[in-house]
Parts: sequence; structure tokens; C-alpha cells
Amino acid sequence: MVLTGAEIVIRSLQEEKAEYVFGYPGGAVLHIYDALFQQENVRHVLVRHEQAAVHAADGYSRSTGKVGVALVTSGPGATNAVTGIATAYCDSIPLVIISGQVPTAAIGQDAFQEVDTVGITRPCVKHNFLVRDARDIASTIKKAFYLARTGRPGPVLVDIPKDVTAAKAEFEYPAEISMRSYNPVVKGHHGQIKKAVQLLLEAKRPMIYTGGGVILADAAEALTKLTRMLGFPITNTLMGLGGYPASDRQYLGMPGMHGTYEANMSMHYCDVLLAVGARFDDRVIGDPNHFASEPRKIIHVDIDPSSISKRVKVDIPIVGDLKEVLEEMIRQLEAGTQRPNAEQLAPWWKQVEEWRSRECMKFKNSDEIIKPQFVVQKLWEVTGGDAFVTSDVGQHQMWASQYYRFDQPRRWLNSGGLGTMGVGLPYAMGAQLANPGRPVACVTGEASIQMNIQELSTCKQFRLPIKICNLNNRYLGMVRQWQQLFHGGRYSESYMDSLPDFSRLAESYGHVGMKIERPGDVEGALREAFARKNDLVFLDFQVDPTENVYPMVQGGKGLTEMILSAEDL
Amino acid sequence: MRHVISLLIENESGALSRVSGLFSARGYNIESLTVAPTEDASMSRMTIVTVGSDEIIEQITKQLNKLVEVVKVVDISEAAHIERELMLIKVRATGKDREEMKRTADIFRARIIDVTDASYVIELTGNQSKLDAFLGAIDSSLILETVRSGICGIGRGDRVLKI
Repeated sequence: MVLTGAEIVIRSLQEEKAEYVFGYPGGAVLHIYDALFQQENVRHVLVRHEQAAVHAADGYSRSTGKVGVALVTSGPGATNAVTGIATAYCDSIPLVIISGQVPTAAIGQDAFQEVDTVGITRPCVKHNFLVRDARDIASTIKKAFYLARTGRPGPVLVDIPKDVTAAKAEFEYPAEISMRSYNPVVKGHHGQIKKAVQLLLEAKRPMIYTGGGVILADAAEALTKLTRMLGFPITNTLMGLGGYPASDRQYLGMPGMHGTYEANMSMHYCDVLLAVGARFDDRVIGDPNHFASEPRKIIHVDIDPSSISKRVKVDIPIVGDLKEVLEEMIRQLEAGTQRPNAEQLAPWWKQVEEWRSRECMKFKNSDEIIKPQFVVQKLWEVTGGDAFVTSDVGQHQMWASQYYRFDQPRRWLNSGGLGTMGVGLPYAMGAQLANPGRPVACVTGEASIQMNIQELSTCKQFRLPIKICNLNNRYLGMVRQWQQLFHGGRYSESYMDSLPDFSRLAESYGHVGMKIERPGDVEGALREAFARKNDLVFLDFQVDPTENVYPMVQGGKGLTEMILSAEDL
Repeated sequence: MRHVISLLIENESGALSRVSGLFSARGYNIESLTVAPTEDASMSRMTIVTVGSDEIIEQITKQLNKLVEVVKVVDISEAAHIERELMLIKVRATGKDREEMKRTADIFRARIIDVTDASYVIELTGNQSKLDAFLGAIDSSLILETVRSGICGIGRGDRVLKI
């Protein structure tokens, strides 16, 4: 069948079962938008800024595991998308981004809205393509989806010049794709897994540390089963929340800069550490030399060999799909004669419980002023722990991760790697579209929300009943916290002046706005908001501007050097 | 430690910038980089000379392998191998310097491939230290211009980099 390049793009998206395309039209993609207009299978979500298109596709993917799709025009359309692409790249989120390009003959001529999109995005994509011939569109899109979702996932960009979308070619979607240069390892090495299982059984002070890889590999179930079989304590990183049920006794909370005392102490003083789909990030282990100062054996399971022994030397590396490897560990444990020994672990658990009894997450609540932690606690209660929760970046992000207890994977959406302010609302859009009728909350701050506030308009157009919980402290809170602790209280440019009245702003977009000023009104407001099943409700909580995030490991310090509360200062 | 990394990469536009971009983004050194298509025109072979600790070299090979278009990566300096570099050098050759330059070139088994009444262009192949030695052996004030290709490397004996 002979089709135009633009029709081939859309047909290829249909073949990939793309439900939604998040995008914004422009000159270079007019043919593609014309083809989009003439069909109904792929639905287009018109955002108000290309950055949000990529974030929304990213949120769609995080909440479902499917590949998210974004469509932008050339030049500024593509450059606006870059922050979204880099955000997805840092957290290994599978996306396909289609960008328009100026006509082939105009490339390199400094044409209107021309930019070297492939060059600009090269360091922040898993791979990218410039399609120069309409006959290559279908196979390139097939490759893009394949690359995005296999191995260590990531965003893949396909740049298509305008004349290529107008040209005609025979359309046939390839059933299979194989690339001689790309063959990710899936099955873990049997012998290595055997060595790892033996080491786990011998451990006296074991610890399990898991990251975003567990979520991406849909390995939460296998991880939960293995952890319960072993009876070990476990911690999930910011990216890995929901990988193991947070309400379970074996769960010690999040590790790292704002992790719990018990998780950090156990990470540091364990004798065997099983790291699964995590990368010993600087926000997780702090100073790598301090971390290495305590002897321990490390087993590291990851799909990406370059993540292993990058920051921390590993004793037993296992490259493979996490779900396959964890299931193989379970099989070997079940088949072996040796059983995990609870008695052997008793002294370690005693120590862990002692650390836990410090109750490092306790905070002083107030009857006068709303504490941000209290809002998140109430959000958890009101939603029964069952909401999709997105966040932006800063203090509110940490409080959301600390006080909302995630029992399931793919419920917590945040920018962990790049730390992009402004992701919260578009993430919520993607999650709400992917999960219609389900509660979606965006925990944000008055600074972050303004970085993509224009999307309130998209939410109106597509009737997305998101509940925005704005922890409004009139500060760039995390910046203020660092300035207070490390810069002598000189609050350079961290005060948010001239704020809008957010509830009225939301109303002007046609949504429901609420301003909450007293602790006693928090729960009622949340209940009312979630009862409004069809409305977007903007809850503007006026919270304590002086509150800080604790515990805290200062940048560059060791995991055991924690500030537990303001009294430690 | 100095390492010589050889790799096969799909002969696509932009492939070179993926490799060089990786080195600059992650702060790795490139001492030299050479690239040209292989006998199979769909693939290029690259030889990269780099310097780094064992941990850094391990990361470099892993990161190179991670590039989607890279087919195979080998650190050929891990075992017996051969390195060659080509140098073209234009020297002033007048009066008594003319004879002397010819003699030195002969000693190094270099060839004079262009002659004018005032200059020679000399071609010399060898490993880096041989080329350096030649430069050290001639009067530096006579050098008008030099150009070096960067290293090409290949494993000895049975060691073959092929798909």
C-alpha cells in the first residue's frame, strides 16, 4: 500500500498500539498532524508547551510501563522538548519522540525553525535517528520502539524532515527487528546467581537495596517474594518506591540524603548488600569513600553493565533482566537444601530495630500552622494509600516520598535523576489519562507548579480531575534549607514574591480552587477534593515556611553522618 | 595507563560524534582517534588511544558497548598487538641540510615523496615512539609542517576483531 510519509508515521504508531500522542503542532509537522486528523485510533493530547508534552508521555509511561509518545515540531518545538527528554533519560523511561525537521534540502541552510535536533539531543537519548527517506520511516519507528523498551529503557528520538513526510512510499510494517549492534543480555549468568545465593544464605547482617530498575522491569512481585523468603531488611530508593510494600515490617524506608536513620545505618553496616536495579547514586550513598570504608560484600544485579562497579566496587556482578534474575534466585533457593536461617539473623534484626526505634520520621505537628508533612500524611490516609502520586522537585518531593507509603509499584512518579522542577502536573496528566477514574494527586510547591502552570488549560480541555496539593511555603524551600544550613542564612533569591492567588488562578482556568490555612481544615479539604470525582481541584495549602526536611546527610558526607532533626544542628 | 581500544561501529552519519561526545561528556581522555570503513563498507573500524586507571578503562569500554551503533569493542593493548602511525613531514632542504636530511630519512626507513629545490616531504610509518625519535633526530628549525594520522592497531596472531 502506497502512503505518504506522514500517513506511515501514524500507521506505524497504530501498529505499536500507541494510545496517546502528546504534542504540539507546527510548520514542520503539518503533514503528520493532517494524517493524525484523518484517523481515530491514536488520540492526540494538545499540551500548552512542548516540555510538558514529553513529561506527560513520560508520566503515562511511568504509570503503565508502556512506551510514551510525544510529537513536536522543528526548532523551538524540539529544543523545548529537550528538558523532558533529558528527564526521561536520567530515569530510564521508555519514550519515542517524533520531531519535525525542515525539508531535507534546507538542512544546514539555517532555515526558519531549523536546529540540529539529532545533535542537540544526542547526549540525552538512548538513541536517535534522522530519517532521510520515506521508505525508512516504518522500520525506523519500529527500531525506536524496540530500543526504547528493551535493555535499559530510555527515550529514542526520530527526526523527520517535512519533505519526507510528504513523499510517498510503500508501507509495510516490519514484524521483527534485529540489530547486530544491539543485543541486550536478558538472562543472568547461572553460576553468578548461584554464588550470590550462597553468599546471601551465609550473611549475618544482610541488606537489600533496590532502585528504579525494579519498577521498570516489573520485578516488584519477584522482589517481594524473594525478600520475604530471605527475611532480610530492605530499602527502596526514591526511584524504587513501591518496589516493596512500604507498610511491611521488613521495609526500612528510603535510603540516602533524606532517607531514614535505619535504612542508612543498615546500608552502611551490613555484611552483604544485595543491590537490585540501583546505581549507588551520590544522593543515595553520599561520599563513596566513606561508604567503602566499611567492609561488606556487594551483589549487584542490573540490566546495564556500565552501572556495575561505576561508583562502588562490586563483588558479584550479575547482568540481566531483574525479574528473570530474581526469579532464578527464588528457584535456586527453593531447590537448594539450605534454608534462610531466621536465628542467624536475629542479632542483626535486634540492631536494626534499635535504629528504627529512633523514629527519625517523627515531626512536631502544630495546631496553629499547617506542617507540610501532615498534609502528605493526611493525603495518604484520605486516599487509602491507593493514589497515583506525582511530585515536582524540592522539599515537597522529599516529604511526599517520606510520608506517603507506597505499597505498589508505578504509583510514585517523580524526576529522581535530573531533578526537573515542573514535571508534577504533566506527569499527573499522563498518569490520569492512562488510569481514568483513578485518584491522581500532584504534590507540588508554589515554585515548581509555576514552571508548567499553563497545563491547567490542557487539564480543562481533556477533563483531567487531578488533585493538586500545593505545599505553599513562599520559598524555594530546598534552596532556603541549604542556605540556612550551609550559607549562613543568607537567603539569596529563594523567596517567592508576587505569588498569584492559586485558587483563583485555578478557577480562571475553569477548575476548583481551595485555599487552606489551618491544620484543622486539611483533612476536610482533601476529602472534599477527592469526592469531586470529575473536577480538577487545586488545594493551596499555606504551610510552615520554616520547616526543613530531615533526616539529612549533607552533600559529600557519609551515610552515617546524619542530621536527624533541627535539634542536631 | 595508556590503552588502545579498537571498535567496530555501524557506518552511519553521526556515529563518530556519538563516540567523541561520549568521551567529552564523561571527561575521558582521547590521545588519538582514527576511523575509516572496513572491507565491509557498512561498518567502520575505530582505534582510540586513551589514558586512564583500570576502573576508568573498564567504564570506557562499557560505555562504548552501550552505544547502540557500536558492534564490538576490544582493548587490544591487553595482549600482544601492533601499532602503526603514519607521519608526513615537510622540511626545509637546502645546501648541506639536503644531504643530511636524506641520510636521516634512510636510517629511519622513511621515504621522500615530494621534492622541490628547497623542501622535501618525508613519509614515515611506525609506532609513536619511532615517529617521535625521528622528530628528535632532525634539526627542529628545518621543520615546516608535520601531520600525523593517529594510531591504527591490530592484535597479533589469532586475535581477530570481527563480527
